Amino acid sequence: MPAPTSSGGRSSERPPRRGGGPGGGGGGRKQYFRRRKVCKFCDEKIDVIDYKDVRLVSQFVSERGKILPRRLTGTCSPHQRLLTVAIERARNIAFIPFASEL
Amino acid sequence: MRKYELMFIVRPDVLEDDIAKLVSQMEGVVTGAGGKIEKVDRMGRRRLAYRVHRHREGHYILFTVEGGGDMVREFERRLKVNDAVIKHLSVRVDEELKRAEKMKAWRTKQAARRPRPKPAGGEPQAAEAIQS
Repeated sequence: MPAPTSSGGRSSERPPRRGGGPGGGGGGRKQYFRRRKVCKFCDEKIDVIDYKDVRLVSQFVSERGKILPRRLTGTCSPHQRLLTVAIERARNIAFIPFASEL
Repeated sequence: MRKYELMFIVRPDVLEDDIAKLVSQMEGVVTGAGGKIEKVDRMGRRRLAYRVHRHREGHYILFTVEGGGDMVREFERRLKVNDAVIKHLSVRVDEELKRAEKMKAWRTKQAARRPRPKPAGGEPQAAEAIQS
């Protein structure tokens, strides 16, 4: 029986991945291993997020063209703000779509 | 003096000679208003991410320029008048670059203050986390 606690209460968390192996008793909390998320820009020491760098910027938008939230990408908040501006500029000059059909 | 990146997209059906003419004309606009051209980058014909005036492609041209706001205003006005230009974007970059310099200086200072051993492992997985 799957632990009911992991799906209900904490909606801000990422859903637990399947097939990670059974955690063995002790409630639903320690069942899966969460990877340490680091800000890509801090890690690679990128100070200026260039809107012209389509490859970089498009990593942070979803398939539909939406900006991915920090909670999924692990970006720190100063860099997320810069990233948002870069994405909006890239959209404006038709480097990345505002919305793409699926 | 401020630093700007002025980018514009020319219609795909414009001939190469006409683009060259337009670029030299825009260079004239910059120098005429007392600006200084740092770089002119012809990024070439690229696919647009969405349709602009029914075009799916366009020639991207990037000017990196130093000058005042009046120069940018005139530059933009000329782009709007010209119907070969389908899109343009002007970005002021000097403050961003200044901030980046500051961050860099701070980082080297921090590195000098306490040279600690780098924690190995965990880094290459960061790229994967974004994909999923």
